[in-house]
Amino acid sequence: MISAKTTFHGYRRENGRVGVRNHVLILPVDDLSNAAAEAVANNVKGTLAIPHPYGRLQFGADLDLHFRTLIGAGSNPNVAAVVVICIEEGWAKRVVDGIAKTGKPVTGFGIELHGDHDTIMRASKVAKEYVQWASELQRVECPISDLWVSTKCGESDTTSGCGSNPTVGNAFDKLEPLGVTMCFGETTEITGGEQIVADRCATKEVRDGFMAMFNRYQEVVERHKTNDLSESQPTKGNIAGGLTTIEEKALGNIQKIGKKCKVIGVLDKAETPTKPGLWFMDSSSAAAEMVTLCAASGYAVHFFPTGQGNVIGNPIVPVIKLTANPRTARTMGEHIDLDVSGLLQREKNMDQCGDELLEIMLRTCNGRLTAAEALGHREFVMTRLYESA
Amino acid sequence: MIHFLVHDKKDTVGVIVVEGVKAGQELTGWLMEDDSTLKVKALNDIPIGHKLATQAIKKDETVIKYGFDIGRAVSDIKVGEHAHVHNLKTKRW
Repeated sequence: MISAKTTFHGYRRENGRVGVRNHVLILPVDDLSNAAAEAVANNVKGTLAIPHPYGRLQFGADLDLHFRTLIGAGSNPNVAAVVVICIEEGWAKRVVDGIAKTGKPVTGFGIELHGDHDTIMRASKVAKEYVQWASELQRVECPISDLWVSTKCGESDTTSGCGSNPTVGNAFDKLEPLGVTMCFGETTEITGGEQIVADRCATKEVRDGFMAMFNRYQEVVERHKTNDLSESQPTKGNIAGGLTTIEEKALGNIQKIGKKCKVIGVLDKAETPTKPGLWFMDSSSAAAEMVTLCAASGYAVHFFPTGQGNVIGNPIVPVIKLTANPRTARTMGEHIDLDVSGLLQREKNMDQCGDELLEIMLRTCNGRLTAAEALGHREFVMTRLYESA
Repeated sequence: MIHFLVHDKKDTVGVIVVEGVKAGQELTGWLMEDDSTLKVKALNDIPIGHKLATQAIKKDETVIKYGFDIGRAVSDIKVGEHAHVHNLKTKRW
């Protein structure tokens, strides 16, 4: 059983935050820099490049989110040090300066006036120093209250609402009193259950903030939809799994916030929470986008309940996958960290499953690789708000 | 053997939790709210994870799951009948 005395072994960073992984990131600021970043990661073993397709001609709030996501990813406590590569030096510096506020080692490189070869050589030299330095950092014993845990479900089916999502809710209800920092999001996937979330908000300000985010996203859907969102929300996979309407999906989805947790604040995308408790983050419901935003907000470990078997991972944050669907556990077992299908036959109760999830969470935080990590799932997907200029 | 789950006493549908349910099969359901059981005869072959009606639902009536509104019936749904996109639609969007 978990209690306030529960500890885990993590990496305490310069700013006091605790990570459960020790990555040296090679971070491209834009699509053009992916090739150099991947070459550096190939040259220097133990580093991790996170290529992505964006970063050019973005502007306004969309550009702000781009920088917030990159700086957040580099600042995540699962990251020991960062090499930033950009087509030009100015924007590399902007990302470097953002990450440097954490106190961790970070250096940026611009490709212009150098070319890929020279950039790769210079960046590889720094990356090698960083990875050798990081390899000597030791895990230290940390209180459970140092942990930040996010959640988002994927390829949900009706078993998600019956079993895997309430298992996360049970775990969240046990983590909240221990001072753990948590979050959920998926704004459109609350449609039909928005009053339940609103009623969980701790104050009127939080409630108003949540409803403003919810209503804004409804307007986005209304503005862009053609007929309805059939096969998008719920997805074709959700429908194959037996979920029929968005309301049904939403009511299953919000089982993840448990029965007791209060929502203590709302976060914009990739925004960092400022105190322990359960936060709502306005976000897409697409799995890799949402988990990437959680990583950029600073969360160190992620609960991912699935029904039909979403195989997502993240390069920075270990994604712990659980399912209550016995067919998924049987046919896709290599992706599943915790099988809670016994819940559906009354072989186990929710409290037992919540405890099992917390146990696998602690083992993951202490260094056990998740299924997604072992299988090499590193989906880093940045949210875009609108088209480039 | 539990064949289907019902979350809340107010619910009018349950979720099949075993593979291979066939039309005509007598099914045992678990009502999670009060830990009771109920029996329903399946009228269709119903895949795991899909819903069946546990009460008769009239066209245009609200369908209840988790004790809440999950949409409206677009045709009558009999007790034991498969309830999915062919007879149940969202009220949103």
